[in-house]
Amino acid sequence: MGTGEYSYNSKVEGNVVLTQLDSAIAWIRKNSLWPMPMGLACCAIEMMAAACSRFDIARFGAEVMRFSPRQADLLIVSGTVTYKMALAVKRIYDQMPSPKWVIAMGACASTGGMYRSYAVLQGIDRLLPVDVYISGCPPRPEALLDGLMKLQSKIERTASTRGIFRAAPA
Amino acid sequence: MNRQNLKARLDAEFPGLVEMPPEFRGETTLVVGNAGRLPEVLRFLERECAFDYLIDISGVDHMNETPRFELVYELYSYGASQHLRAKARVPEESAEVPSACDIWPTANWHEREIFDMMGIRFAGHPDLRRILMWDGYPHHPLRKDFPLEGLPCETPDGHFTQAAPMDGGPFVTRPAELAHQREPRSKSPL
Repeated sequence: MGTGEYSYNSKVEGNVVLTQLDSAIAWIRKNSLWPMPMGLACCAIEMMAAACSRFDIARFGAEVMRFSPRQADLLIVSGTVTYKMALAVKRIYDQMPSPKWVIAMGACASTGGMYRSYAVLQGIDRLLPVDVYISGCPPRPEALLDGLMKLQSKIERTASTRGIFRAAPA
Repeated sequence: MNRQNLKARLDAEFPGLVEMPPEFRGETTLVVGNAGRLPEVLRFLERECAFDYLIDISGVDHMNETPRFELVYELYSYGASQHLRAKARVPEESAEVPSACDIWPTANWHEREIFDMMGIRFAGHPDLRRILMWDGYPHHPLRKDFPLEGLPCETPDGHFTQAAPMDGGPFVTRPAELAHQREPRSKSPL
């Protein structure tokens, strides 16, 4: 259900595409992700490069970087999360409206990276649910775009109306 | 001002308090015998000897020695283009020295950092709060008896830390003939 099933039937007149509601919603969501850039270290430089003309994250519909969590649905944690910063990241995540997703960009955000230290959170997944991890130190912009495409295919498989239209128990 | 001249002036002002070890690689170091009188000496150096710039203050933990801690003040004179280093040992049981903030305002953040990382207090500091870790963090992480991976803690404001997984680390390089043998490896013999 809802795995990107769109079909064009030439026997139906006009510009009509038949699909399922879940597929349509997923298609809309995956192509209009609004990222909240959580730039904490050098990964943020690569994230900025991904947003600029050479790599152009707009090709994947995620160019509307919002610096307010209330207007964003994708948190890109790019950089080293210290314990001092961890609660601020959590608070920003909590302020984002659902549905929302998290990308842990780079070694530090995924696992603490080279910072086996008293000061660094050993992976943002100890605090937030992470959808996509991107390896690299820092990852190149292509890797971020690849992670974004992975997230898009995950969103595409989400059946968002399943809970709403379930038949009432007899 | 040359070394002999400086030493003579300090001896005249503070009899028996300041020692001057032999010059090492062109660097002059003063050792102040009593950390409690350190600011007097620093004020004299600033007012009378024109050391108008405090470059840095460092704290050193000499674990298992008494006195345990040491403060190192790096001074510079713009007029004379001269560097000067002043050191003083601080005992663990009374780890408090007078602040140098009223001599050089830049001492403010240096002293906050030493307080945060080493736990040495500075009497008379205008705002002695932690500067790197958050207020309420219970440890002083650059002390030698603090483990590298950290200690788990939880503070009432919701902050927390966990000990980092070391997995046999810290990983260090050792001198070796071939490059692949110089790769960082665990210190413990495996």
